[in-house]
Amino acid sequence: MKHLISVQDLSRADTLHILDTARELDRVTNGGLKLLPTLRGRTVVNLFYEDSTRTRLSFERAAKRLSADVVTVSAKGSSLSKGESLKDTALTLNAMGADMIVVRHPSPGAAHRLAHAGWLDSRVLNAGDGKHEHPTQALADALTIRARLRPDAVDFEGLTIGIVGDVLHSRVARSNIFLLASLGANIVVIGPPTLLPVRIENWPCTVSYSLDAALPELDVIMMLRVQQERMNGTFFPSELEYTRSFGLNRSRAAALPTHAIVMHPGPMNRGVEITAEVADGTRSVITEQVANGLKVRMAIMYLLIGGDVSVA
Amino acid sequence: MSLNSYLIVGSRPYGEQVCDIRITNGLISEIGSGLEPGNHQVVNANDLISLPSFVDLHTHLREPGREDAETIASGSRAATLGGFSAVFAMANTTPVADTAGVVEQVWRIGRETGLVDVFPIGAVSVGLRGEALAELGAMAASAAKVTVFSDDGNCVSDSVLMRRALEYVKTFDGVIAQHAQDPALTQGAQMNEGELSGILGLTGWPAVAEEAIIARDVLLASHVDSRLHVCHVSTSGSVAIIRWAKEMGIRVTAEVTPHHLLLTEDLVSSFDPVYKVNPPLRSRADTLALREALADGTLDIVATDHAPHPHESKDCEWDRAAFGMLGLETALGVVVAAMAETPDWNWRTLSERMSIAPAKIGRAVNHGRPLAVGEPAHIVLIDPQRTREVVSTELASLSGNTPFAGMTLPVTVTDVFFNGVHQVRNGELYE
Repeated sequence: MKHLISVQDLSRADTLHILDTARELDRVTNGGLKLLPTLRGRTVVNLFYEDSTRTRLSFERAAKRLSADVVTVSAKGSSLSKGESLKDTALTLNAMGADMIVVRHPSPGAAHRLAHAGWLDSRVLNAGDGKHEHPTQALADALTIRARLRPDAVDFEGLTIGIVGDVLHSRVARSNIFLLASLGANIVVIGPPTLLPVRIENWPCTVSYSLDAALPELDVIMMLRVQQERMNGTFFPSELEYTRSFGLNRSRAAALPTHAIVMHPGPMNRGVEITAEVADGTRSVITEQVANGLKVRMAIMYLLIGGDVSVA
Repeated sequence: MSLNSYLIVGSRPYGEQVCDIRITNGLISEIGSGLEPGNHQVVNANDLISLPSFVDLHTHLREPGREDAETIASGSRAATLGGFSAVFAMANTTPVADTAGVVEQVWRIGRETGLVDVFPIGAVSVGLRGEALAELGAMAASAAKVTVFSDDGNCVSDSVLMRRALEYVKTFDGVIAQHAQDPALTQGAQMNEGELSGILGLTGWPAVAEEAIIARDVLLASHVDSRLHVCHVSTSGSVAIIRWAKEMGIRVTAEVTPHHLLLTEDLVSSFDPVYKVNPPLRSRADTLALREALADGTLDIVATDHAPHPHESKDCEWDRAAFGMLGLETALGVVVAAMAETPDWNWRTLSERMSIAPAKIGRAVNHGRPLAVGEPAHIVLIDPQRTREVVSTELASLSGNTPFAGMTLPVTVTDVFFNGVHQVRNGELYE
């Protein structure tokens, strides 16, 4: 593996190797308390064309824990905001000797272009490209599900995972559907047809328009963020109607099996797709997702540019 | 030996019987076997196929305005190397070809270049804005004698404006060439809408956005009894609507591009914008329907939609890249490759779709004429055995955005006679 662009490039064995590496790195760093020298002398560039808090911080911290030199370039206050092309930025970063570029970009395929257009030699890690994919989020979610529900298993056979809401515009949903299905989980996508991609019935998932009908079957429920701008009447009549049909509240959470966990990739719209009560409740693993994001990002950086240095 | 007097020896017109063709003073003066050269230069064409040169009803020459991408001169070179004798130049230049002045300028530069006949297409609406009719009559009456009008790049989406345009061009036997794309259904669209667009997260361009406009337009053309031409048909649904309209006797013609005949949407998975085109590459089923419709005549012609773009417009993110592909120099080889396994397809059908029918639609009376005595000597010679690898840097176009780079095309244009002038010889332009 040279780059990580899409979860569809990962075999089940690749995914399990990343998850195992994440767990192992967590163990040898004593939960992140100890720095590893693995990436000493390596340069990781975080190239962020979109505003981001958690993902950018998570990648920065992951790189620092592996002792890499980290440079973050954000759209605001850099040549990116002056309209410099992606290619010219890539050429510049390449000339400066970046070993890895972590890129977030609003265009689907931007990470793929960076990796394959011949502009640079660095490893490329996709931190979210438009509506396309967000592979490290899906890996974090897989790690979370594994820790909670399948600590000793090598796959997710028998687990049913509901992904609820705006799949059409969600890179998190795309990466999760394909990654979790590749691990053997049953995926149920739940939302109004206006917020589901056409032909999603051909994806490795089933589709339901009723959250209430699906709830009793779910081992995991993953709520997607609803963008305010989608609520202007073109995709959905109103925010209130959305919340009534697809919001996760206390009574709906009570309809889940007792062992079920509640996930959200963040940032949340509390009161829209999820109530504060559920988000902060005992079933919620939302903060674990953040912690696991750090672990899988360390694992991927380690595997992509860590060379042959042994973990243990 | 006299200049521009040739005896083409041994070719097979339309891939049929071997014979010799004598060219004198720009016309075909004699056809037969065992003709004596006399004072005519002999062109050995054994094993080659001869056809009337091709006519492209849909070309973007970019001049005036984007001479960095293509000029009328460079586009003319690309056209003749591709075997064309006439190209219709689309109106979406800067300034827009929406006045007699601009179309006459394009026509005049085409004449001065003199490698192909350049017929300007006039805009339907002022500035391609889809609001008010451009001066269609003035363009028709100009030296350029415009007969084809199109807002290509934009759809004439307003039903009333489309109706008025169809009505208005009846006065001078014009035709409206529609870029069928419902703008509301394709806002921000990047690729064919289907399973793959969903997976790639690229905004979809649904087939219905093309089909709904074609359905409306054939009904409008029927209602006002005028001539409609549908540009770059890309879906099987569009084919069905056009087939129905023709059965109803509606005066509609339609074109398909070489790239829609050969390429499919799965190429978009590479995120390489060289595959970005409007309308987008479609599914395999669409491609097969287009081939069948081209063979049976539901689709009347092949048109290239040759759309040059400078390197930087494609060397970027997919959704920032320009739409469009080169087409002139690869058209024949791509069509032959795409149609190879389609029943009822032969050199005669190819000639009908690439020369005769497009000339008729555009009222280019000196083009698309049969290979017969007294006809203009616009002749292309094709080696049906000689393959050709497409190399983008070797093209005559100023741009390199060909999706066929690296492909080996099954046939090669070897020689082209334009008005009796032997200007392409063994694949090289001889100016």
